[in-house]
Amino acid sequence: MLKKRMIGAAFAAVATFCTMVPDAVAQQRQRFEYWYGLTGQLGEVMADHCRRFNESQTRFEAVCVGQGGYDRAEQNTIAAYRARQHPTVVQIYDAGTVNFMLSGVTYNAVNFARDFNMRINWSDYFPGVASYYATSRGEMWSFPYNSSTAMLYWNRQAFASIGRTAAPTTWQELERDMRAMKAAGHACPMAIDFDAWQFEQLSAIHNQPIATRDNGYGGLNAELLINRGFLPMHISNMRRWLDEGLMRIQTAQTGKTIVQAFADSSCALAITSIANHGVVSATQSEGMQWGVAMLPVYEGTSRTNSLVGGASLWVLQGKSRGEYEGAAAFLDWIATPAEVQWMPTVTGYIPITTPAFQQMMAGGFYNQARYAGREISIQSLTFTPPTANSRGIRLGNYTSIRSEIQSELQAAFTGQKSVQQALDDATARGNQILRRFEQTMRGRELP
Amino acid sequence: MSGKRVTFDRHWLALLLILPQMLLVFVFFYWPTGEALFWAFTLEPPFGGDMQWVGWQNFITVMEDPLYWNSVRRSVVFALSSTAIAMGIGMLLALFVDRELPGYRGFRFVFFWPYAVAAPAVGLAFRFIFAPDAGFVSAINQWFPGLWNPALDGVDAMILITLANAWSMVAYNFIFFLAGLQSIPRSLVEAGAMDGSGVLRRMRDIQLPLIAPTVFFLIVINVTDSFVNSFGIVDITTGGGPARATDLMVFKIYSDGFKGKDYSLAAAQSIILMGLVVLLTFFQFKYVERRVHYT
Repeated sequence: MLKKRMIGAAFAAVATFCTMVPDAVAQQRQRFEYWYGLTGQLGEVMADHCRRFNESQTRFEAVCVGQGGYDRAEQNTIAAYRARQHPTVVQIYDAGTVNFMLSGVTYNAVNFARDFNMRINWSDYFPGVASYYATSRGEMWSFPYNSSTAMLYWNRQAFASIGRTAAPTTWQELERDMRAMKAAGHACPMAIDFDAWQFEQLSAIHNQPIATRDNGYGGLNAELLINRGFLPMHISNMRRWLDEGLMRIQTAQTGKTIVQAFADSSCALAITSIANHGVVSATQSEGMQWGVAMLPVYEGTSRTNSLVGGASLWVLQGKSRGEYEGAAAFLDWIATPAEVQWMPTVTGYIPITTPAFQQMMAGGFYNQARYAGREISIQSLTFTPPTANSRGIRLGNYTSIRSEIQSELQAAFTGQKSVQQALDDATARGNQILRRFEQTMRGRELP
Repeated sequence: MSGKRVTFDRHWLALLLILPQMLLVFVFFYWPTGEALFWAFTLEPPFGGDMQWVGWQNFITVMEDPLYWNSVRRSVVFALSSTAIAMGIGMLLALFVDRELPGYRGFRFVFFWPYAVAAPAVGLAFRFIFAPDAGFVSAINQWFPGLWNPALDGVDAMILITLANAWSMVAYNFIFFLAGLQSIPRSLVEAGAMDGSGVLRRMRDIQLPLIAPTVFFLIVINVTDSFVNSFGIVDITTGGGPARATDLMVFKIYSDGFKGKDYSLAAAQSIILMGLVVLLTFFQFKYVERRVHYT
């Protein structure tokens, strides 16, 4: 992580330096600042996107600065805003959406696009992507950018060894397959970690709520619902599978993350973001055959669309007209079909608009071996129109709630607590966080 | 006859001379502390505006939280055990070098290096070495499956961060102990030797009592350092887990404040931590120092 941050920081420094070298044209260009959170290879893609924008036209210049992580980008923006040193555009991850919506310091996307005559067609965005970042009235307050969703990664060879040629589509099948692999001597049928995101995704595809008031979209007085119904059942199953040796915990602390354990073939299954598709391709063990599939559902339930993850771009208040014109040109440019298509070719992120996706399908993009399977993530995201449970999660201070859930899962998976007890505790603590957030935001309402 | 005392009567000159230092202390210590104290009594949205005065609410929230006390307990265990290990080993190494055992010149040179390594780098190194799947120590799990797993076992995780912190502090302690030992007149130790006392006896009865002020100083520094400087190691090696087993006070302040954007709660915790460290240092000076004789 630190290494990534350092590389990110170094890269950002270089990027800033490069964009600051004055040449005859740059002197007259209108500048605006853009901060992004992604680091490592994805951070380089962000910087690259900026550079390509600056080369694509001569009027504006985006000064792009990597902040060394999504959470850092949010922290730094808050600090910078309080000192009135903030950027014009900033990349903020899904979990930071609530803070920005309630901040009162944003220039909302719909208004911004209207005021600066942007060409954006809001109905082009995939409904799942649009609804995640929209207000309860359906207005977009930020511009969708890099979007992903959770997928099941499966090792074809491990499945071939038990006579299967397709990924499991239900958890019952998945359990049978894990048992068969274990019986065939596979040491790690599935790698898991404590990440709360996978449980949000599973709740969504089973059309189950995470919190009251439509997962928080309805107001700040929402309460968590994670200790009843679907999640206790599923997590108890996971605990059982873990105890039976069908699953193994893989984190950076054990030496390998789930992505690394999957990519080096030591574990046959993993649930992680489609954004890691490129990472697995780049780091997989030699000759490994693998694919991605939609997350399994339980037998007897019907599938709903999965949640979008990733980040969107926010415009902040208090900048000059010139800077806003530059930002508008940039945001328009990255929403052009050519640029929307560029992102999925250099990362695992999805094309965020329907026209771009259709062009890519028609152009045979997903038939190329390197990218094959990535279209399944679109299928998962658009499986049904978003419901109240599958449109997103809008809870205050959600980063802290996620870490409470994570800590309680650690207690449950290591046998310190029963699964029910752990989820009850996570719910109680999560609700305390929500009430505190509600009190802090007294007098403000979710748009 | 009363001689005229030679003093500075021009106080403004003295004030002027200490002004830069006072300014630094004010800007980097009193101002932020005052700000934190103010925040601790308020609630404010992250982006500012709508600040509410909430009195003692933040402190009550912290004090009533069993997980906060969990983090205090873990911090105390961490501080005491890493201080004991770091001082014990530092002392031992210093005694070896002081006795000029073979190769001591080389060792004297390299023993200081670990202190120059930044805490996050120490954390990263220890994480790699002690990773149960892939690290050097994973061999242990080949012989005794499941014996060592800091990712899942809270005790193992605590041992890991304690060792990592002790490792970097050993170097610091070593230098001070060695300096202390070398300031003891050779004749005292030699006299002891001529009277027939062995190496260990001389260490216990002559050298240790004579470097007691150094020991005391190092206890204060080590304990304080373990409380406030452990963040880098925890962040990289365990992230406060598993199941909050290594959720030390400084790390909790960071996660509540910067990850959770709850600056008020973090400010209240900082004030409590500051009070605790002040109190601890006060008690050390009041009670432990009594047993120290400065020569």
